[in-house]
Amino acid sequence: MSSRRSRSRQSSGASRISDDQIADLVSRLQQLIPEIRNRRSDKVSASKVLQETCNYIRSLHREVDDLSDRLSELLESTDSDSAQAAIIRSLLM
Amino acid sequence: MVEPSVISNPDTNPNASRKKRRKIGSDYPNGAAAEPCGNRWRTETEQQIYSSKLVDALRHLRRPDSADAAVRTVRDAADRVLAVSAKGRTRWSRAILARRLSLRLSQIRKKHKRAARPDAGLKKPAVQKKLPPLQRKVRALSRLVPGCQKLSLPNLLEETTDYIAALEMQVKAMAYITGILNGVPAAAAAGGGSLAD
Repeated sequence: MSSRRSRSRQSSGASRISDDQIADLVSRLQQLIPEIRNRRSDKVSASKVLQETCNYIRSLHREVDDLSDRLSELLESTDSDSAQAAIIRSLLM
Repeated sequence: MVEPSVISNPDTNPNASRKKRRKIGSDYPNGAAAEPCGNRWRTETEQQIYSSKLVDALRHLRRPDSADAAVRTVRDAADRVLAVSAKGRTRWSRAILARRLSLRLSQIRKKHKRAARPDAGLKKPAVQKKLPPLQRKVRALSRLVPGCQKLSLPNLLEETTDYIAALEMQVKAMAYITGILNGVPAAAAAGGGSLAD
C-alpha cells in the first residue's frame, strides 16, 4: 500500500497524494474529534473535519492555559499561612 | 551463501526493503506500531508517569517575577514534560523542545542579531495569497501543531492525531493534580491522614 502516485488532480489542490490516503487519514482524525464523533453522521466533509480539528486543538490549548493558571495560583498560595498552603507545601516542596 | 546485496542495498529489492523503509520514514504508515498513532497517550500508565514528572517539575520551578510569569512557567513546564515523554518520536514534541532552546539562544543573541540581519523580515512575505478554503484550513492546522508547518498532508494528519491524544492526556493529568491540590482543604477537614503516603 505504498501508492504515492499523483492521482489526485484537482480535488485537494497542490498535494500529490492519492485521495484514498487522504480520505483514510481524515476518517481517522474524525474519530478523535468529539464534536464529530458524537454527531454520528457518516458524511462529514474533509473541510469540516479540518475545521473541527483546529477548533478542538484550540480548545485543548485553552484548557491547558486555564489549568496552568489555577496551578500557578495554588503554587503562589503556598506563601500564605492557611492550612491548605501548608499541605500543598508538604506535598510539593 | 549470503547475498549482501539484499541486506545492504534496499534499492535493488523493494519488497525486502518494505520493513526498512518504514523506519526511514515512508510517508504512509504501513503499521501503527512504530509510527505515532496516539494510543500510548491514552493509557493510565502514561498519565501517571506524566503526572509524577510534572509534579516533580513544579517542585523545582524558579520563583516567578510576576503572576503572568508564574502561569508561563507552569505552562512551559507542562509542555516540556509532555514533549519529553514523547521520547523524540514525534515532530511536534521535538519542535517544542527545540523551540525552548532557540528561544534561549535568541534572547542571548538579540543584541548582536538586530544589527547584522537586515533580511530578517524577508522570510515571511506579507503577500496575501488567497488559497482555496481547504488549503487554508490545512495551513491553520499546521500552525496549531508545533513544528508541522511544512509537512505534507498525511504526515501532518498523523502528527495531529498523536498531538491531540497527548493534549487530552495533558489536560486530564493537570486537572487531576489541580483537583488534588484544590481538594486539600476538604481532605484536611475530614481528618487529613489519607493524604500522607
